[in-house]
Amino acid sequence: MAERRVRVETKVGLHARPAALFVQAATRTPLDVTVAKQGKDPVNAKSILSVLALDAQNGEEIVIRAEGDGADAVLEELAGLVTESSA
Amino acid sequence: MPDVLRGTGVSPGVAAGPVRTMSGAVPEPPAGRRSAGDAAAERARALAALDSVGADLEERGARAGGEAREVLAAQAMMARDPGLAGVVTDRIDEGLSAPRAVYEAFNTFRAALARAGEYMAARVADLDDIRDRAVAILLGVAAPGVPDSDEPFVLVARDLAPADTALLDPAKVLAFVTRDGGPTSHTAILARAMGVPAIVACGDCMDLGDGTMVLVDGTSGEVRPDPTEQELAAAQAEAEARAAVLGAGTGPGATADGHRVPLLANIGGPKDIEAALSCGAEGVGLFRTEFLFLGRTTAPSEEEQESVYRAVLEAFPSVVVRTLDAGADKPLGFLPPPDDEPNPALGERGLRLFHSHPGVLTGQLRALARAAEGLDVRLQVMAPMVTDAEETRSFVAACRAAGLSRAGVMIEIPAAALRAGDLAAEADFFSLGTNDLAQYAFAADRQISGLARFQDPWQPALLDLVALAAGAAGAAGKDCGVCGEAAADPALGCVLTGLGVTSLSMSARALPRVRAALAAHTLDQCRKAAEAARRATDADGARTAARAELPGLDPLGL
Repeated sequence: MAERRVRVETKVGLHARPAALFVQAATRTPLDVTVAKQGKDPVNAKSILSVLALDAQNGEEIVIRAEGDGADAVLEELAGLVTESSA
Repeated sequence: MPDVLRGTGVSPGVAAGPVRTMSGAVPEPPAGRRSAGDAAAERARALAALDSVGADLEERGARAGGEAREVLAAQAMMARDPGLAGVVTDRIDEGLSAPRAVYEAFNTFRAALARAGEYMAARVADLDDIRDRAVAILLGVAAPGVPDSDEPFVLVARDLAPADTALLDPAKVLAFVTRDGGPTSHTAILARAMGVPAIVACGDCMDLGDGTMVLVDGTSGEVRPDPTEQELAAAQAEAEARAAVLGAGTGPGATADGHRVPLLANIGGPKDIEAALSCGAEGVGLFRTEFLFLGRTTAPSEEEQESVYRAVLEAFPSVVVRTLDAGADKPLGFLPPPDDEPNPALGERGLRLFHSHPGVLTGQLRALARAAEGLDVRLQVMAPMVTDAEETRSFVAACRAAGLSRAGVMIEIPAAALRAGDLAAEADFFSLGTNDLAQYAFAADRQISGLARFQDPWQPALLDLVALAAGAAGAAGKDCGVCGEAAADPALGCVLTGLGVTSLSMSARALPRVRAALAAHTLDQCRKAAEAARRATDADGARTAARAELPGLDPLGL
């Protein structure tokens, strides 16, 4: 199980367009991907409703996990979507 | 029912027809366990309904294009959400019917989203809409949204969203009447683009029963239920006059005494070229370029931009391009997120955005200059949200550096209008964005329907600002166009001309009516109408006073 901790840097947090892009990217991979906030249960990263309900805001840390071949690349892409470096 | 219902007229003209109200609430499926026992069939039924809603939303988006496409695609993702599907199947396995399971599953997420704070209010409304569509399919009842009708009708609704109107058959809608919304709401812009009357902020309109005959006057803002034969006959005559005007609409824009007022189209991309040409646009007065930039995580290359710009520049003899107008409310995925802005309308948007990110602007200007190379087109480039002479100077310098010879600024901030002389000394031309100019002059958000009267472009204070800007441009020998929706109102088009505005740019469909209104009056009549409007103390008074000076409007049904 690969995991990545990142601080959400998009202004609107993991909502609106960043959330849609994040879920679309997660949905493109065949791997199981989850996203969680500190101390909370992880949710399916392919579920836009679950990701929105997570309510990860700008400045909050999230943990993205994926399992299987290519998990690192998937995490790299997803992390990039919520951090400033790629924005 | 009162004799007359009143609202704000936002698209001129008169029409009569039966009311069709946008259908109300889809019933809540009854609670309790289902009687029959086939869980597998019930699961398949539920998931098929959700998928069909997703497909429908996607298709509406594809047909609507532009910003609506992205909004509806996001809603389609919600309908096809795997987490939602999981909850639905769990509920069915517990013994619920498909409609009840879908209803409860949506409400589970609805509660979670409602707790999730500020960004979520709109999403909760979206979610309710998607739920209702899916439940309507499963219950076999009418879907919420625009009604089906074989005969043309007057569409009455609380408010209209792009999703509601994306599939509207323009031949079926005689007029719009909404309870909410303002002059720059989606309903108003759509109605003007379609050339049908519309009234917004009509408080009692939802009380009109389906099938009630109504007479809608989009100029006065009056809805008359059960009109008399005489009133209907007058409306019919008006509709015929309007059709004649539309049929006769060709040639360049000019007043009756030959004062030229170029009539131009507002476009949002190459997809709008055809409509602009078929309505006789003499050129493009506002080419919005946001569609190239919004909704992407990497900036469009200069080559990609160049080919899109070229498609537009090849189609018209003159084109005014507005550089990218983004901000905190329309963030760019490829730039760092803007600082927290409690009021994005007053933030780092429009030209201001490029203080921190000059590369985006210089790239766009270079792409524009290259796109015009070798073409016989008068390309003019303008910046949105320009405040003062210094900003004007730096924008004009950036244009010159890119090889663009005609650089102008939009006047949409009151400070820019008040000191228009300073800006006119720097810029080659002005274009007045009346929607934002009203928002800033009246301190009234364009999106708030309760403040609709402040968005009325007939407000004398707004006319004063237009007069200041047009006067300063005229004194400096520079052009001053209007590219806000105000230009699409035939009477106001005459008034703007009288105020010294030199070109009018609008939704393509509005061009024939404005052309006809101008052709029916002399420049002197337009000036007198402008003076009369400015002597009024409110928008209605200005409208009435101006129309009294423009006797050619009524015979044309305008």
